[in-house]
Amino acid sequence: MTQTANPGNQENALSKSTLSWNRRLYDSGLRVLLWLCAGLTCALLIFLIGYIFYRGIPNLSWEFLTTQESLLKGTMGILPAIQNTLYVVVVTLAIALPLGVGAAVYLTEYATNHRLVSGIEFATETLSGIPSILYALVGYLAFCKTLGLGYSLLAASLALAMMNLPTIIRTTQESLKTVPQGYREGALGLGSGKWHMIRTIVLPASIDGIVTGCILAIGRIVGESAVLLYVGGMGNSLNDFFASPDKFIHSSGATLTVSLYVFAKERAMLDPAFGVAVVLLVLTFLINLAAKIVGRKLRQK
Amino acid sequence: MKRSQKVNPLESAMHLLFFLCGFVAVAFVLVITIYLIISGLPAIRQVGLVDFLFGTTWDSANKTNPKYGILPFILTSIYGTAGAILIGVPIGFMTAVFLSKVASPKLAAVVRPAVDLLAGIPSVVYGMVGMVILLPGIREIFHLRAGDTLLAAIIVLAIMILPSIISVSETALRAVPREYEEASLALGATEIETYFRVSAPAAKSGIAAAVVLGVGRAIGEAMAIMMVAGNAANMPSLFSSVKFLTTAVACEMSYAADGSLQKMALFSIGLILFIFIMMINVFLNVVLKRERS
Repeated sequence: MTQTANPGNQENALSKSTLSWNRRLYDSGLRVLLWLCAGLTCALLIFLIGYIFYRGIPNLSWEFLTTQESLLKGTMGILPAIQNTLYVVVVTLAIALPLGVGAAVYLTEYATNHRLVSGIEFATETLSGIPSILYALVGYLAFCKTLGLGYSLLAASLALAMMNLPTIIRTTQESLKTVPQGYREGALGLGSGKWHMIRTIVLPASIDGIVTGCILAIGRIVGESAVLLYVGGMGNSLNDFFASPDKFIHSSGATLTVSLYVFAKERAMLDPAFGVAVVLLVLTFLINLAAKIVGRKLRQK
Repeated sequence: MKRSQKVNPLESAMHLLFFLCGFVAVAFVLVITIYLIISGLPAIRQVGLVDFLFGTTWDSANKTNPKYGILPFILTSIYGTAGAILIGVPIGFMTAVFLSKVASPKLAAVVRPAVDLLAGIPSVVYGMVGMVILLPGIREIFHLRAGDTLLAAIIVLAIMILPSIISVSETALRAVPREYEEASLALGATEIETYFRVSAPAAKSGIAAAVVLGVGRAIGEAMAIMMVAGNAANMPSLFSSVKFLTTAVACEMSYAADGSLQKMALFSIGLILFIFIMMINVFLNVVLKRERS
């Protein structure tokens, strides 16, 4: 009877001691190590989330989430932070999405010069490798100083758009590549122009991938702190973005992550800080969930 | 048969528009490089390149005799990243082997989303939990005056790069052809021996990519480290308060006076960090390409 590559035989080999003792030691030792490491990772996550919820949830209240901080009334509120985060996410996506999708479309549909394509892809790789503190520095120099925006969320959004461009380009490229070439050739064969084909066939077919890229970018924007701290400011009063164009351009303030940093390090108020951490965790979880759902729909197609 | 096809002007316009979009990434890289070089060179020229890079004292706030040596920061960044990699890569690699080979599908379906969630948590949250838990812990265990140390930063960094290492390594391990493993098992190796002596070497380039990712993330992290590492410009030692290249820029940016040598020195640190990261990327990519060929 020949021995087949069947895991069932492993138990036989081990229990019948057909292995030398040092191989058995290697096997058991590494197995224990594997379970330990995996257990450590899980324990880390459980502890992290558990501790944050344990210290943060007592500080959550309807007032906390929907008002701004008031020294007169002695209350704490993070509505400005939530508002600023929303502003930054929307404006950054409004800038990065068209640019990123356009660049990806160019790379997959229009570009013919291979050197140009690899040049652009190298530039995208480089952009994705630059750490956020350098984006904060350049954002400060380029958008606050040169463009004269001062500390503003708009300047921060521009810097964040630069930072998230590679993510959107990459995910859009991937999803454009999955559109069957037959679709394109059919449209072109029927006499459609290239832009018409892209607009009516290719882009609608790859919308799921583009949405995934958006969700990934939203996750990165929400979690970003260095750029927002140094370009967007730390204010925690409500901004009315739509009061005037000037307000729209020059408003500054802290987002959720920045306000967490300010509460924890600058003001040494850990309770609101943990409350903000809970909000951030819930947001992260929802964003992850959304990405998974869209990803699953993509794979079902 | 002649084809009379008018070139739709809209088509040409859109072609140009997309070309411009494609160029945007290149334009951004150029903008970043130019700004960093222009703002970083003046201080380097004033302080002197050798004094800047190899000077061991950073005392930028001293009114009478300011010193701008960034060697402590460079060494701290190197040691901190090395420490984080030394802790994070083995644990991450083991967890990846566990997830892709040893765990039952149901267990993996629970652990994998957990790892994804860890990856998405903002860095300030890690910094804050580190501040609240790690610092008192280190202070008590090692009988120090304060827990803000390089050790705390290394632990936080290791935890932060863990999810990226796990997911990239797991993808690489899953991509190893089943035939390799079955051949090894058929020749009499145990499963564990197969995983470590056949699958892992076969997934070498993917695991190397995971390490590169981890290095990139560790070198660039600023906010979380700022909350746990103490931020004093010391030469790096495991239990002293230290500044990394990133935190050196971050800390003083808020109070350095505009146009002062202090502020320009911060931009120079940014330039050095940029060059550092470029060098590491190029070096690692060259090494990886050589491995693959």
